[in-house]
Amino acid sequence: MTLDADDELWSAIADPSRRRVLDLLVQDGDATASTLAAHVPFTRQAVVKHLAALEAAGLVTRRREGREVRFRVDAPRLDDAVRAMAAQAEAWDRRLLSIKRLAEEAHRTGQ
Amino acid sequence: MLDLTIDRDIVIDAPAEVVWRVITEPDQIVRWFADRVELEVRPGATGHFVFVADEQGTEVMAALAVESVEPPHRFAFRWSTSADGTLEADNSVLVEFTLTVEDGARTRLRVTETGLDRLAWSDDEKQRYVEDHRHGWAHHFGRLATLLDAGPG
Repeated sequence: MTLDADDELWSAIADPSRRRVLDLLVQDGDATASTLAAHVPFTRQAVVKHLAALEAAGLVTRRREGREVRFRVDAPRLDDAVRAMAAQAEAWDRRLLSIKRLAEEAHRTGQ
Repeated sequence: MLDLTIDRDIVIDAPAEVVWRVITEPDQIVRWFADRVELEVRPGATGHFVFVADEQGTEVMAALAVESVEPPHRFAFRWSTSADGTLEADNSVLVEFTLTVEDGARTRLRVTETGLDRLAWSDDEKQRYVEDHRHGWAHHFGRLATLLDAGPG
């Protein structure tokens, strides 16, 4: 999977409400829209919409169990995202390290 | 809950005044960040960063606006995630540097980047968001990764 072209995934997670739903799913393993709705300050309809967006991005999957539809996080997909992001996490760390080197050099040489 | 704040810091063996120059002077900024910088260190001043995006030398320009200048303690600017040269609340993020004295002669430099979740989502912006700010997620997704490792696969 290349995340670079994966706009759907990033826009899916960019919404704070969706991150909340995703967070709950990570914690609970799997859940129905109704049980999720009990833990968020928005309606079940909104939860259903967020789940659809997360599903479209490949981040959650659904399965039918009797009359219930249960959702769960697609762990490998999220894991890929985590890895890709971890690689980028170092961007600011690298910049800070460069700043450190430049400042310490300037300080040592009295510039 | 996950949020999109990036928050990193480092301790530097130099006084805050020296660190301040490295983070605010354009001829220093090109040594750790953008390839070209047009920046006047004054609140309200606008300028831009230019990044050479690929081996063909394609340049990407990001508009920026200085938000606060408190030498040598705090320096903040907004920079745009749009390539069209505009800079608005919904197409920019706030980068904030804070410098604090650490046991005498050392300086702790902290950087936060906030406002990612207010970004509007045109295709160009999304692409740039992914490329420029993906690191912002990692901070919080580390926690998610831990949960995933602990939870049912």
